[in-house]
Amino acid sequence: MTDTSAPAQPVRALSLARIEGALPWIALGLVGLLLPLLDDSYIGVIAQRAFIYWILSAGLNLVVGYAGQIAIGWVSMLTLGAYTTAALTAGTATPAWHPYLALVAGGAVGALFGVIVGLPALRLRTFYFAMTTLGFATIVTQVALAWKEVTGGGVGTPGPVFPWPFDPGWGFYYFCFILAALATWMTANLASSRFGRALVAIRDAEVAAEASGVAKPRLLVAVFLFAGALGGVAGGLFASLQSYITPDAFTFEMSVLFFIAILIGGRGSILGPALGTIVLTVLPEFAAPLVQWSTFLYAALLLLIVLIIPGGIADLLDYKNRRPLERHREIVPRPELLARVLDRRTGGEVLSLANVELSFGGVRAIAGLDLEIRPGEVHGLIGPNGSGKTTTLNVISGYYAPEAGQVRLGDAVLPPRAPHLRADYRIARTFQTPRLIGGASVLDNVMIGGTIDGQGSFAESLLTLPRHRRDEKRLREAAMLALAVVGLDQLAAVRADRLQHSELRFMEIARALMLRPACLMLDEPAAGLSADEIRRLGALIVAISRQGTAVLLVEHHADLIFDICDRVTVLNLGKVLAAGTPAEIRSHREVVSAYLGA
Amino acid sequence: MFASIVSYGLAVGAVYALIGITYNVMFSASRVFSFTAGMLGMLGGVLGALFIAKMGLPAIVGLVLVLACGAVIGLVTELLTVRPVLKSIEQHLYVLSTLAFALMVQQLTAVEWGTEAQPFPRLIPIGPGWLDQQFWLPMLACAVTIVGLELLYRKTLIGRAFLAIAEDSYAARALGLPETQLRMASFALAGVIGTLAGFTGAEMLLAFFGNQSILNFYGFVPVALGGMGSNRGAVVGGLALGLFQQAANFLVGGIFAAVAVFAVFIIVLLLRPEGLAGASTARRV
Repeated sequence: MTDTSAPAQPVRALSLARIEGALPWIALGLVGLLLPLLDDSYIGVIAQRAFIYWILSAGLNLVVGYAGQIAIGWVSMLTLGAYTTAALTAGTATPAWHPYLALVAGGAVGALFGVIVGLPALRLRTFYFAMTTLGFATIVTQVALAWKEVTGGGVGTPGPVFPWPFDPGWGFYYFCFILAALATWMTANLASSRFGRALVAIRDAEVAAEASGVAKPRLLVAVFLFAGALGGVAGGLFASLQSYITPDAFTFEMSVLFFIAILIGGRGSILGPALGTIVLTVLPEFAAPLVQWSTFLYAALLLLIVLIIPGGIADLLDYKNRRPLERHREIVPRPELLARVLDRRTGGEVLSLANVELSFGGVRAIAGLDLEIRPGEVHGLIGPNGSGKTTTLNVISGYYAPEAGQVRLGDAVLPPRAPHLRADYRIARTFQTPRLIGGASVLDNVMIGGTIDGQGSFAESLLTLPRHRRDEKRLREAAMLALAVVGLDQLAAVRADRLQHSELRFMEIARALMLRPACLMLDEPAAGLSADEIRRLGALIVAISRQGTAVLLVEHHADLIFDICDRVTVLNLGKVLAAGTPAEIRSHREVVSAYLGA
Repeated sequence: MFASIVSYGLAVGAVYALIGITYNVMFSASRVFSFTAGMLGMLGGVLGALFIAKMGLPAIVGLVLVLACGAVIGLVTELLTVRPVLKSIEQHLYVLSTLAFALMVQQLTAVEWGTEAQPFPRLIPIGPGWLDQQFWLPMLACAVTIVGLELLYRKTLIGRAFLAIAEDSYAARALGLPETQLRMASFALAGVIGTLAGFTGAEMLLAFFGNQSILNFYGFVPVALGGMGSNRGAVVGGLALGLFQQAANFLVGGIFAAVAVFAVFIIVLLLRPEGLAGASTARRV
């Protein structure tokens, strides 16, 4: 029994890393907690500003650093939160509210507009979204200037004063401190949850995230909601700290500061951006003559970072991933563990294509294709380049909608154009070029595959409620087991972009196994592998199919196909040229002349 | 009032259209959306006021100098912020590098020129009234630019090379077209067009460092709505945006105008991400 248990060592190493990772936070927390002992109100105000900026940046970090959405105008959330809290407390638009309630309302308004501004990011990336946030920031300032009855226009309006226990002075200081700590805790929880991993997956490998069943719109809306709320709360606190706010207080430069703090800190880190925020808040205080140049210097810093160290501070601090890996690594899969990963109940259904047609412009990529992939069998799909192999895979995966015909799993017709729904049918796939989440560990890359098996909600992950912790434990164990099956368990903690090409192929298979697939589609898994590795890969694929999974194998290595397939279909010009057992195909006259060669 | 809405609206719209074309010219050659478009517009006004009002140069000399500065800044943009990150265009680092560069220039302007909006000198003494140069000058600039670009693209070899790069840079390179030089030329051209927009629009918009972010956004709206790379879309969209904004300003007030433009922008992009006239997207898997 000893040899079938997955090695637990990397898991232990991970929890050790967690303790190590907590040390800087403990130090920061102690400094924040003890700072009032200095009894210096000037330092106090700077610290409060840093806390407030960080409350906003912590949320923004999920948007920018994790999800990779370039939200450059997030200062608008600060503006909205500040004016909402101030106007409600002052009672300019409604009867006066209690300041604490007004702060909550500020958070709610921030959340609402966070989603509105974020909507374009669901369909568009990068520049359009960057522009939307920039435009929104401009418009919010214009409205604040023009809506005089409520905002006081250019003259401004007094900020809220919070009553006991968080009254101005050290009371308010601790209020900011507690909220900043809370924001840190919640974002850290989220970042290490399946939602945080999904965000990074959307950033680095959107296609793989989709194939694993990550619902991008829902996830991003939740993140924008949360980041907007934190921005709004930060705004309410900011209004109180300033004691009087005008539209001039919310310059676009401030937005740049938040943004740069995150990039300096590094994408996909929380400590880095937190340090970045502190440094950028404190620095101008020590360089008074440079104040008018501060934005210029921030911008220059941004340019330098982008051009020289795109990874930010976090990359420089990540000494562990610079330790050299063992040079001659060998991948030794352990198919005997498969029974623990795959339960036979999930298999048992036939994936079938009936008379599928698809053309691109004038080219008929698939011209009336029938295909049946049975559970427990390895089905090879071969044919010359351009014969429609990968297109067939993409139709099954839901990237293309067939113009005629249907794709079914058992009796269910698979919805076309919905790649993110394939995971629900337990259809998993790998890609011709491995889709890795480069900045994440191998273990995280594999855990993404189990996304749809998580039961806890976004809110439960923010607060690490029991269901979230159960999810995490189960996913981690399953991923370690899947890694042991493909023979990569020793590399679980390594960053995925450091792996060799062949290892990435096995990593993708481990990710696909996390879904306990009824049907597994492999797109040229042997490409770039050595002869030894191909042999082991073949044994692994056969073992997977014998657990009751239907395997569809697209491959150019004829030897592998004929060695392991139970059934082979040969495509030519989008049609079936021949189908049958490997022996039949090998002696098929047309196949030999068209494809295999004599 | 109607005449003033139309003349002012079309004039502002022409400036937006020109900034939109500036985005397009840079995008076509490099697939890069550059935040420097609004910066060029802002600089056109500030440098024009500097050369003509502050230094007392003749208007035509001032204009030539401004356009020359625009071309040089375009080249610097390409060298400093686009070329180094072009290899990893998938990571969209250009958004950050061009933004950083634009901000540096804006802050430099704010410190050296001042943060107050300053008047731009009158160049041609006709008016006041709707014949005032501040209204027709931007429209003229827009018309000249459009005709000039059409001639360049249709009639000259270098123009066709631009089109080839825009259509398929990989194939164009395989044919032996000097992609790097063409890209530099495009950025210089964009610099000229952007500063021309700012120069001709500056009597309305004033020489003001804050124009940068306004022009960046309102110049991008027609491009996003009209489809990336389409100059026709940029002109139609820009003029329509200018008219709509002015009409809304007069009739219901500025807040509504700003909010309405933003709402239309988001809704159109959500419904048709490729723009109202744009083509569809590429293969992902």
